[in-house]
Amino acid sequence: MSQNGSLMGFVHRRRRGAELFLLILSLFVGIGGYAAVGFGVQEKVPPDIIGYGGWLAALILGTHIIVRITAPYADPVLLPVVSALNGLGLAVIHRLDLARDKDFAAQQLMWMTIGVLLFAGTLLVLRDHRVLQRFTYTSGFVAIVLLLLPMLPVLGQDINGARIWIRIGPLGFQPGEVAKVLLVLAFAGYLVLHRDALALAGRRLLFLDLPRGRDLGPILAMWLVSLGVLVFQKDLGSSLLFFGLFLVLLYVATERPGWLVVGGSLFLAGAFLGYTLFGHVRQRFSIWLDPMSHYGEGTDDRGRQIVESMFGMGWGGLIGRGFGNGEPWRISYAESDFIFAVIGEELGLTGAMAVIVCYGLIVERGLRTALVCRDGFGKLVATGLACVFALQVFVVIGGVTKLIPLTGLTTPFLSYGGSSLVANWVIIALLLRISDQARRPVPDFSGDPELPDNAAEVTQVVKLEKS
Amino acid sequence: MNKPIRTMSIFCMLLFLALLANSTYVMYLQSGELADDPNNRRIVEARFSRERGAILVGKNTIAESKPSDDRYLYQRVYSTPFKYAHLTGVFNFFGQTALEKTQNDFLSGDDDSLFLTSFLDMISSKSPKGGSVQLTIDPRAQDAAWDGLNEDLPAGTRASAVALEPSTGKILAMASIPSYDPNKLASHDLDEVNKQDRRLQKDDNKPLDNRAIETRLPPGSTFKLVTAAAALESGDYDSAEDLVPGGFEFDLPQTDDTIGNHDGGDCGGERITMSSAMQQSCNVSFLSLANDLGPEKMREQAEAFGFNQEYLDDLPGQVESAYPANLDPPQTAMSGIGQSEVAATPLQMAMVVAAIANDGVVMKPYLVDNELTPDLEALPKTEPEDFSEAVSPSTAEELTKMMVATVDDGTGEPAQIDGVEVAGKTGTAQSAAERNPYAWFVAFAPDHDVAVAVMIQDAAGVGRDEIAGGRLGGPIAKSIIEAVIE
Repeated sequence: MSQNGSLMGFVHRRRRGAELFLLILSLFVGIGGYAAVGFGVQEKVPPDIIGYGGWLAALILGTHIIVRITAPYADPVLLPVVSALNGLGLAVIHRLDLARDKDFAAQQLMWMTIGVLLFAGTLLVLRDHRVLQRFTYTSGFVAIVLLLLPMLPVLGQDINGARIWIRIGPLGFQPGEVAKVLLVLAFAGYLVLHRDALALAGRRLLFLDLPRGRDLGPILAMWLVSLGVLVFQKDLGSSLLFFGLFLVLLYVATERPGWLVVGGSLFLAGAFLGYTLFGHVRQRFSIWLDPMSHYGEGTDDRGRQIVESMFGMGWGGLIGRGFGNGEPWRISYAESDFIFAVIGEELGLTGAMAVIVCYGLIVERGLRTALVCRDGFGKLVATGLACVFALQVFVVIGGVTKLIPLTGLTTPFLSYGGSSLVANWVIIALLLRISDQARRPVPDFSGDPELPDNAAEVTQVVKLEKS
Repeated sequence: MNKPIRTMSIFCMLLFLALLANSTYVMYLQSGELADDPNNRRIVEARFSRERGAILVGKNTIAESKPSDDRYLYQRVYSTPFKYAHLTGVFNFFGQTALEKTQNDFLSGDDDSLFLTSFLDMISSKSPKGGSVQLTIDPRAQDAAWDGLNEDLPAGTRASAVALEPSTGKILAMASIPSYDPNKLASHDLDEVNKQDRRLQKDDNKPLDNRAIETRLPPGSTFKLVTAAAALESGDYDSAEDLVPGGFEFDLPQTDDTIGNHDGGDCGGERITMSSAMQQSCNVSFLSLANDLGPEKMREQAEAFGFNQEYLDDLPGQVESAYPANLDPPQTAMSGIGQSEVAATPLQMAMVVAAIANDGVVMKPYLVDNELTPDLEALPKTEPEDFSEAVSPSTAEELTKMMVATVDDGTGEPAQIDGVEVAGKTGTAQSAAERNPYAWFVAFAPDHDVAVAVMIQDAAGVGRDEIAGGRLGGPIAKSIIEAVIE
């Protein structure tokens, strides 16, 4: 074998068996959690445990079969972690349902089903992620349209001060969640084409390599879009997410830290502008600094959610109250934005850390995929998806635990909410697709007899990049 | 592109480390601080729903938690509501008072001495139970005090009685009227609790006050014991038989006023024995003694008995009995008969006689005898503690002689008990001319271990002399002593 051959000769193992084993373990989390909720709250195993457990198991095993068929070389850890998180989320939502006599868990299970179907669809239809590069501008356009949809008078809905919902008949939807994925694709497609211009042309100011004015256009445009989202939809979280995402991709594509400086300054400027111009931003900030002065009688009581969340988590302590022994109904929107606080209260620091580590694993797997990926577009998409995921988790969990000011974002896979769940399943499908491509053995045109026959059938146009 | 991807990986790792660190901070390090926040309804409700330990008197339970069917799981029940109300206090949703407050950590099970039990409960996921508290109260003494205050006095009287065990400082009885029903304040119907609380707060007779420790009044002639103690301790006098000034009236220094005796007599001459002065409660004698001793010696003696200090840890709200500094000469003379700026609680006066009974040593008063774990295992008893040495044993002996004479053949006659030597002292203090005076009676039994103070704040329809004669307080003190020595 040639020098190159021995380097490329490392072949990732498929590890589908390991994935199946981990998936079965993850079902213990989901179904076991559901049973534990029944035990803790009603002191009996839920009567629908067979139906519920069967459904969940079928969905999870279904994803495994799809992956086995369509993406045999995909990363084996991603899916089990996602399955565990989704199962835990369902159990916690069920626990809140029992406390408040709602039926969110069943709806969430339906959304999960739709999410899994889209996951399967994505993997089946999209056999090579590079196809998506063709839709760069389409994706961008659709994302902008989706972002603007809630602004329409009839479709759009104002919920809790943020205008990020559309409603068609009985169906509510947060288009921002889908726009997030499309924006990753659009940015990656744009940047992979223009990275050289962005990276090489520039002038040196003091010790910084600043990009040219005309190349600054896109980032300025993105900054304005983010501010627009912030201004018109009052959605602090998404605005932060989109801007951070673009900045990360720009930096990764150009390999120039100067962009981080420019972007960071723009972020600070935007944050300052938002703070001085908008009352709701100032209020969020003031609640963050001293939530107790916004809690209880005689105050505006706007800090109640975060204070109750802190009380709950503090009460949970190291090992938590256990399912059914906490009082998570004191936190408003506990099933969506504040589900992490419920986990902290009833499963304690132990459970909370497990959840954070699970998210960390997803991000780590995503970035690892980006590292081993052979094409620039795939690298950028994987990096973007992983980082947007990390940012979202940081913003929402950091907000709930009062590390940073609170911004409304869903907790991926845990929170109640269809749009978020479905979008995140698609994200995982994309990551698995890229990882399958990346880990798949390079077709050997020298006709190595050891390769299985079907490997030759996979026609791959491998464009070896310098990176 | 791999280098920036690696940089981003490190960045993401830092984000997750920050989340882990902050979660640890909130759920572990800050946990206690969050739990102590009074707004934290989770903690308040959880504590309110916990099986709380009992408060025991003798073998009887005066406060306990009984299972209830509502969301709070346990209802606090006070089985002898009015009699012990000022001792138990109330445990309700909004907080605690009296013993329920001072013993809260133990009763709720949060106390460190219950750590092992509550830890084991946590491991076996049983809900934690609180420990119980055994009081020093002698139920018969408390019954005697309570019945005496309620039956021997006209209805509507405000009064209090305290009994101590002189050798230890144990509080054997502590009663105060009017009282209230803690059960009504402990209800799970929170609106009703608020209504009752407002009604009691507004009541002019202040039924929520524990008069034994929270009401401070001029001690009147009972303070002559302190004056006599100061005189004996000063070295100017050696025994009860030493002669002190008597006569019809005392010229108040720096004024044109004179003060006479309560019966208008001359106490038997210009020079009488100290014992005789005590027996008749002769104002002139003690005015001149205090005048001669001066404000410093008087105050030092009062403070040696506990004035101007806090000493009761087991109940909240003990007010300091007062002997102010820098009294001018007329005030100093008046303080000798327990008037002017001097004010004492019934507990303080009980401590004065208890010290005389205990060879001059004041014991720190206490109410909690010992604590019991949830499994009714007794923890070590409270150790009696010396509070101060108020007078020498010989002074205590002379004072005892005077007090015995007062009961045997003086103003304290109503406290006589057949076959038992009783030492006592009456007191009457003027408030305003149009009001009834305060009546006091303090007593102890030299051969037994009990000292009593009775205070009647305002006895309607009773003449001044009758009060001075100890007719109101004497019999109550007597029945308490009888109850203890039986």
